[in-house]
Amino acid sequence: MISNRRKLYVWTVRILMVLATALTGLLTLFLVGYVLLRGIPNITWELLSTSPSYLADRVGILPDILNTIYIIIATLVIVLPLGVGAAVYLTEYASNRRLVGIIEYAAEALSGIPSIIYGLVGMLLFSNNMGTSLMAGALTLVIMNLPVIMRNTQESLKTVPQAYREGAFGLGAGKWRVIRTVVMPGCVDGVVTGCILSVGRILGESAALLFTAGFAHVANGLWEGLHSAGATLTVALYVYAKEQGEFEVAFAIAAILLALSLLINLSATMVTKKYQRRNQ
Amino acid sequence: MKPIITAKDLCLWYGQSQALKNIDIAIPEQSITALIGPSGCGKSTFLKTLNRMNDLIPGVKITGTVEYNGQSIFDQDVNLLRKEVGMVFQKPNPFPMSIYDNVAYGPRTHGIRDRKRLDEIVERSLRDAAIWDEVKDRLKKNALGLSGGQQQRLCIARALAVQPRVLLMDEPTSALDPISTLKIEELAAKLKDKYTIVIVTHNMQQALRISDHTAFFLLGELVEYGDTDQIFTNPADQRTNDYVTGRFG
Ligand SMILES: Nc1ncnc2c1ncn2[C@@H]1O[C@H](COP(=O)(O)OP(=O)(O)OP(=O)(O)O)[C@@H](O)[C@H]1O
Ligand SMILES: [Mg+2]
Repeated sequence: MISNRRKLYVWTVRILMVLATALTGLLTLFLVGYVLLRGIPNITWELLSTSPSYLADRVGILPDILNTIYIIIATLVIVLPLGVGAAVYLTEYASNRRLVGIIEYAAEALSGIPSIIYGLVGMLLFSNNMGTSLMAGALTLVIMNLPVIMRNTQESLKTVPQAYREGAFGLGAGKWRVIRTVVMPGCVDGVVTGCILSVGRILGESAALLFTAGFAHVANGLWEGLHSAGATLTVALYVYAKEQGEFEVAFAIAAILLALSLLINLSATMVTKKYQRRNQ
Repeated sequence: MKPIITAKDLCLWYGQSQALKNIDIAIPEQSITALIGPSGCGKSTFLKTLNRMNDLIPGVKITGTVEYNGQSIFDQDVNLLRKEVGMVFQKPNPFPMSIYDNVAYGPRTHGIRDRKRLDEIVERSLRDAAIWDEVKDRLKKNALGLSGGQQQRLCIARALAVQPRVLLMDEPTSALDPISTLKIEELAAKLKDKYTIVIVTHNMQQALRISDHTAFFLLGELVEYGDTDQIFTNPADQRTNDYVTGRFG
């Protein structure tokens, strides 16, 4: 026989848990719904395809879209070889297990640092030398995303069966050939996951870029753009909302970013699922 | 017969623990040598020493000599040694690529790029491994789609494709059904015309059926080595007798 107090306790806890779950769900729904409802009506073709102009009294976010694409490209082009190379070295070549452990730990810790600190460091290291520019921003993002790419690649390298390596070595293949032909193809999904997560982080990043890449809204070509200051969508969102009071534009950008990050989450989940299935 | 591999006073340690103790053996060319003995006695370790697969394990220390073709294996280029002394593993381990690419992996590794030559090698190797008829219509399909027995014969074909002179097989049939096992045994018997085979097996019947010579290992030592008939019918050592008659192990 359970005492009444005990019953009451169990029921209270239950109700609290249901409430907490409901609250979480509702908050998410509300946030997403609110942003989409306020944002989507403001997304027009003109907004997406023009640059802002005081003369025409018009706001366009084309430069910000371009800047976002440029900074993603520049960051990935630099961080991919570095991150994948480091991962391959650490898992396939490095023989000092302790050092590898320390580096893995450092990478883990690095991803927990608030991004504004990266911004500060990036400003001193890059912007002060090469000027506030998308390139300086991209380099800062490289430091931020290096651990993401490296860890994801490493984890998937570890899932490549040792038997594949043995089979290839047993045929007289050298180390580099084994890595290139048998190990690397097996870690493609890890690299892809890392890339998707990185793109997500780059899309969401504001603090580090405010410091390093600036907030100009001029549409440029890739090369020109990388060497001038520019706002990404997220930074532009901040600028329009906080400094210019353009809330329609801000919500339009917010809706776009939201949709993109949902898409990114979805694809990351899909890739992860796919390679978990393969490894069973 | 002329020996192709000779080990003298071979000792091997994994860190502090000794896995092989003073092994002396001469493996004759174009014959099948079976390695038998209870689990953990060092059969796999010995086999992997012969093509230096132990190099991949950190902390392995080896003393004594092993000669292949009259020259110490430790003085030879390890990749060329492994080309000459191929290996088939206990668990079939085809690469996750097409059947064709699996077999062509070795030849490509050793510099053969010509498409026609590769085609020939792939066909010849698959025929030698008695699996050609089963896969000839699906060479472009992923090798992981084959059955376990087919995968193992594919791995044999893959090993044959680099034209080794010695084939090391570590319990190649232990993961297979009786029919696949029989196929691999027939294959081994056929292959000894061209190759020297060293095979680890826990199956006494198998050793008796296919091998010419048998080596009995116990606790890291080579207890007895001789003609298979003699080992099974008239062993010199009491421990060998106990083992082959199933009294222990
Ligand atoms: N990588 C390793 N590191 C440390 N010790 C090992 C390693 N591989 C094998 N050993 C040890 O060496 C000894 C011989 O192992 P080995 O695998 O050669 O035995 P085996 O005769 O092939 O056994 P089985 O019939 O079970 O395959 C065992 O005691 C084993 O624990
Ligand atoms: Mg073994």
